[in-house]
Amino acid sequence: MLEIKNLHVKLEEEDKQILKGVDLKVETGKVHAIMGPNGSGKSTLSYVLSGRDGYEVTEGEAVMDGVDLLELEPEERAAAGLFLAFQYPVEIPGVGNMTFLRTAVNAQRKARGLEEMSAADFLKEIRAKAKTLKIDAEMLKRPVNVGFSGGEKKRNEILQMAMLEPKMCILDETDSGLDVDAMKLVSEGVNALRDAGRSFLVITHYQRLLDHIKPDVVHIMADGRIVKTGGPELALEVETNGYGDILTEVA
Amino acid sequence: MALTQQKLDATSMRLASLQLPESGAWLAEARQAAQGRVQAMGLPHARDEYWKYTRPETLVQPDVPAAKVFEPYETAVFDDIDRLKIVFVDGAFDAEASDDLSLAGVEIETLETAGAADIHWARDLYGVLETRGQDPVERPLAALNTAFARVGVVIRVTGKAARPINLIYLNRSADSDAMLHHVVKVEEGADLTVLENGPAAARLSTVMEVEVADGGAFHHVRTQGRTHERRAVTHIFARLGKESTFKSFTLTANGALTRNEAVIELTGDDAVAHVAGAALGDGATGDFHHDDTVFITHDAERCESRQVFKKVLRNGAVGVFQGKILVKDGAQKTDGYQISQSLLLDDDSQFLAKPELEIYADDVACSHGSTSGAIDEEGLFYLRSRGIPAPIATDLMVIAFVAEAIEEIEDESIAADVLSRLEGWLERRRG
Repeated sequence: MLEIKNLHVKLEEEDKQILKGVDLKVETGKVHAIMGPNGSGKSTLSYVLSGRDGYEVTEGEAVMDGVDLLELEPEERAAAGLFLAFQYPVEIPGVGNMTFLRTAVNAQRKARGLEEMSAADFLKEIRAKAKTLKIDAEMLKRPVNVGFSGGEKKRNEILQMAMLEPKMCILDETDSGLDVDAMKLVSEGVNALRDAGRSFLVITHYQRLLDHIKPDVVHIMADGRIVKTGGPELALEVETNGYGDILTEVA
Repeated sequence: MALTQQKLDATSMRLASLQLPESGAWLAEARQAAQGRVQAMGLPHARDEYWKYTRPETLVQPDVPAAKVFEPYETAVFDDIDRLKIVFVDGAFDAEASDDLSLAGVEIETLETAGAADIHWARDLYGVLETRGQDPVERPLAALNTAFARVGVVIRVTGKAARPINLIYLNRSADSDAMLHHVVKVEEGADLTVLENGPAAARLSTVMEVEVADGGAFHHVRTQGRTHERRAVTHIFARLGKESTFKSFTLTANGALTRNEAVIELTGDDAVAHVAGAALGDGATGDFHHDDTVFITHDAERCESRQVFKKVLRNGAVGVFQGKILVKDGAQKTDGYQISQSLLLDDDSQFLAKPELEIYADDVACSHGSTSGAIDEEGLFYLRSRGIPAPIATDLMVIAFVAEAIEEIEDESIAADVLSRLEGWLERRRG
């Protein structure tokens, strides 16, 4: 379970408050969606939770299964079971996708006091998981995200998620830059990972992703706060009427 | 211009410490001529423009600063590559440790054997390409090598060499002073790969003169070894014919002082020359000063040249890049590219770059760039967010940074070998 209480965050470089008291509770096994207009603080929330530099938490807390996330380094958060699927996955030339994933998997296992996974076991597992995401052997060998299309990058994010088996997955605008087919493929990958022991926080600007990944709860974020929470119907309301009505209503 | 007294003194002191080797007539002549060039030019001095960023004293002085022999505890690079080995120990040819000098499509001789012959094809190259490379910038240490090097190999390739030739430079003595001079002639349409590795000596000077005839290809991959206190000055002089290819890559780790010069002339239309290097220096384990000095002359149409140099510097390590593209009048449709970048892992390290373009043709595309920067935070965070601890993530970003240079190695298995070498070096450093 992820519990965020009264989270206030400002940019380190400039005195600009981005999150102004976010309260959010994602229960284990549930899929929550956060929707909101551009600049509402959705992506900032995902970055702050995963530990990116450049943000200062001025108030509040974020706790995952009793662990204070904000006290941890990014790699410690990952080892604790947090995963962020990036809106813009980063290209790492010269580092093979497979090498990268194996390093990540084994680093997390080590942090959890587990034995490293053997090369053979790893290969077997990654091949099987890659196949369901239509990621071929060539893509596994290529440098991380280098020369990948938008869809390939997002599928690669989901593959990482599948390999790392996190407890809490944050998907930051995973639908951006995807055509309908790619979105379907990515969504199927995500849905296959839905599990009673795994939670999701799906951040999106549009409702269309939520047709494929059906949320249990939908939150509307505006100006650094969650302003409205409801069921899947809330997403449809946004789709039909835009954010205007909701924002006027809560103002 | 008259030489300064200081220069004259330093030059005479060094020359007095050396003796021209005995040999047959053609080589003796070449050596005497080279000695004359050294006397005329004088050896480099700290006030020379071309030595502004690298102090030449320890390369010039007669005494060799001692370098503790590094005991390698891993297998040597290229060990898994099927190649012909030619071994040198502290700069002396070791016939016992070397393979038979026979390879289909290739003639290999020692410099000593070739020099004893009355008539030899190497006469047209030995010291000849070096001499051409003295203009417009003087490289006296190369001439010194031409005059006094006793050891080297002379290689002529007439077909596609079945295997690479690997020049292996072992170092056993802490005060060794090695001078090696190699000559390579790649005939029309022929193809050869030369690999070089090993620390060689406390102080090393190498010159490699390479002529690639029309349609020929020469690939060169070198790793400069791990002895911390070693010093080296290397020169490659290459002349390229029509539609020929020349590609050279160097990986350097450690070394108190390394100066790698490459002087390449594109003299035939549609020739291609790529020179690349990746250097990793950690000032915490001893001085590290690494200098890449490159001079590429376009003197024909539609030629392509690339210079790709990457340096990873920490704890007071110093990197230097002096790279020039000279496009002569008439060298139309030249495609020149030059990039030199440093990754500075702390505030103590330094990168000094002097990129130069000099263009006399009016229809060319030349681009160059030079950057110094810290590690890419975006990439680092991406890796850490996957659970990879910061030190390992940093090393992966180092690999990402030098990747563009390593990609210049055409042969995949050799590239993989170099990459694994680099990974091993980073891993051991991390402890």
